[in-house]
Amino acid sequence: MGKLLVKEKDIVVPGQELANGMDYLPAGGSFRDKENIISSQLGLVSIDNRVIKIIPLTGKYIPKLNDIVIGRIADMGFSGWYVDINCAYEANLMIRDASEFIDRGADLTQFHDFNELIVAKIVQITRFSKIDLSMKGPGLHKIKGGKIIEITPSKVPRIIGKQGSMVNLLKEKTNCQITVGQNGRIWIQGNNSDDELKATEAILKIESESHVDGLTDKMKEFLEGKKK
Amino acid sequence: MKRNDGRKHDEMRKVEGKVGIIKRADGSAYFRIGDTIAIAAVHGPRELHPKFLQNPERGILRCNYDLMSFSVPERKRPGPSRRSTEISMVTKQSLLPVLDLEQFPNAVVDVFIQIVQANAGTRCAGITAASMALAHAGIPMSDLVSAVAVGKINGDVVIDIDKYEEDTDNATDIPIAITGRSKEITLLQLDGEVSKDELMKGIELAKNGCDKIFEVQRKALIDFIKEKKNE
Amino acid sequence: MNNDYVISLVEKDKRVDGRKLDEYREIKIEHNISKNAEGSAKCIMGDTEVLVGVKMEVGTPYSDRPEEGTIIINVELSPMANPNFELGPPSPQATELARIVDRGIRESKCIDFKKLCIVKGEKVWLLLIDIYVVNDGGNLIDAAVLAALNALKETIFPKLEGDKINYDEHTKEKLKLDKMPVTCTLYKVGGKILVDVDTREEDSIDSRLSVAVNDGKINALQKGGEKSLSSKEIEEMIDIAIKKEKELRKYV
Repeated sequence: MGKLLVKEKDIVVPGQELANGMDYLPAGGSFRDKENIISSQLGLVSIDNRVIKIIPLTGKYIPKLNDIVIGRIADMGFSGWYVDINCAYEANLMIRDASEFIDRGADLTQFHDFNELIVAKIVQITRFSKIDLSMKGPGLHKIKGGKIIEITPSKVPRIIGKQGSMVNLLKEKTNCQITVGQNGRIWIQGNNSDDELKATEAILKIESESHVDGLTDKMKEFLEGKKK
Repeated sequence: MKRNDGRKHDEMRKVEGKVGIIKRADGSAYFRIGDTIAIAAVHGPRELHPKFLQNPERGILRCNYDLMSFSVPERKRPGPSRRSTEISMVTKQSLLPVLDLEQFPNAVVDVFIQIVQANAGTRCAGITAASMALAHAGIPMSDLVSAVAVGKINGDVVIDIDKYEEDTDNATDIPIAITGRSKEITLLQLDGEVSKDELMKGIELAKNGCDKIFEVQRKALIDFIKEKKNE
Repeated sequence: MNNDYVISLVEKDKRVDGRKLDEYREIKIEHNISKNAEGSAKCIMGDTEVLVGVKMEVGTPYSDRPEEGTIIINVELSPMANPNFELGPPSPQATELARIVDRGIRESKCIDFKKLCIVKGEKVWLLLIDIYVVNDGGNLIDAAVLAALNALKETIFPKLEGDKINYDEHTKEKLKLDKMPVTCTLYKVGGKILVDVDTREEDSIDSRLSVAVNDGKINALQKGGEKSLSSKEIEEMIDIAIKKEKELRKYV
């Protein structure tokens, strides 16, 4: 016995009842209170069989293992760097996880200086407050040139698209390198500032229209139209 | 029984809410009831300094409520007063029961409330705005909280007392905050004199009033999401 | 995070949001945003939002100016507006902002302080101008000045009954402003001069100069920032401020 009170893609608020009865199971963004499943977030309903999840539409980035993020070197200590990744906590990049071998006692600013930007991967998290990054691996590098824009982290999947379809479209039509961090930071580098501006506008457009159907086709038109 | 502005005993003043009014905050909201206007902003979760204040088991909530100096007829000097310190504390306690801060050890969620224009019921308006701002900021909440002041004016138990009523002789002021779904009480204060029956009657009035305020909060949050979609 | 990007654009006379170097963001003014104030206004400049309320109190005049009232300006940089603002007494930034706004109003003589006299040597009106920054989107000085001027423009004297002020009753007497000294702040970024910088451009500022101008005359200046300015740059900045006066005047 169970009754679903909402449907896929409904916008719900904290405390809103999503389902009655024991048939349904709560997942992220929802919880069970006696016989009911309740939302704990402002977000979108996502139902998979009997599992109800709420996708938050607002809020700061919640770091996850294996996420690729764009960070800013905020500080450094003896054994590594402290990196701002735009969430509640600073992440750590230890010397041993840097992209090249570094001698103990070396001057760390020679490798990553203050305020430098990096593309890194989250390789360990302990209950959100200890986050370890690594620069070892393909696609992880220091950022030189280009610009950074910040969007709501919850919109990142839309910017990337299914199997990268959206971001690849953007790269192709704007001639820019684009790296999307899961933490809502996006790096754009093109051959000229007009291309970079075009890519920026396109990304901000996707952010604000993220729930429109057929967005990929719409963006294709938008980007081709702007070329003229 | 007529009130000075013609309202019935169970009639609140006009209410209005809006979310996302302060761009640089992680969450923000505006709430107006009659001539009382409150704005709230949330920064967080963010790392808490100094370290000795950190709680390794869960995040902490900090609330700061204050009146803007020109929000009241006699200017309020900027800076904390005993009144604003007390209200900051009860505000925090009215919101904490619905917040899930276990995901944010060593972090803090900061809530700031300012009253732009005051005509009684300011702490209640502040709590109502803060609740929307916290939801906007994406802090996990088991429920929304809304608040309204009931009172006993000239012997009658009424909802949402305004300044004129507050200033009458023997007025009793009872601010109450209630959670949306489970209807639990998270703020209850009283000054004046009432019988137990009058108090319970007041609480019932508050529950009904808060139901209406929830609708405003819900609509404000949903409208905010929809507007973003239509930009 | 985008310093290099901002500077590389500026070198080509471009800005992050497509504005020209001497172009202000959209400005909106609202009056009477708080009923209990004697005068109030809100200025929205791009994302920056500043609220100002004017309260009037009776006080004793300074002994060297027995028949003049005065203005007292206070700035609250609310922690709401910027995650880096902290609770507490006014920071140096808040204090500087208050004093810049004060100078512009005082030195232009836009309010006749003698008209604020109630009893010579004993009682004068004090105009308490409280400036609240509610969202910091950059260029707080110019937004605060516009908000303050608009609040003063709407200020009505409360009723004085003997020694007490009755705030619940307002008179029909409005505060008269003889002039409207607007302020234009110029910023040196990447070797060029800009107006109205926003948060993205803020970290790239080398210096700034706030110019209070009224009818082509300069009533107040304040240089800020950690780098120096040449006299040629200062002259260029003042020319732009005088040019912008006409446009900013539309908002007072």
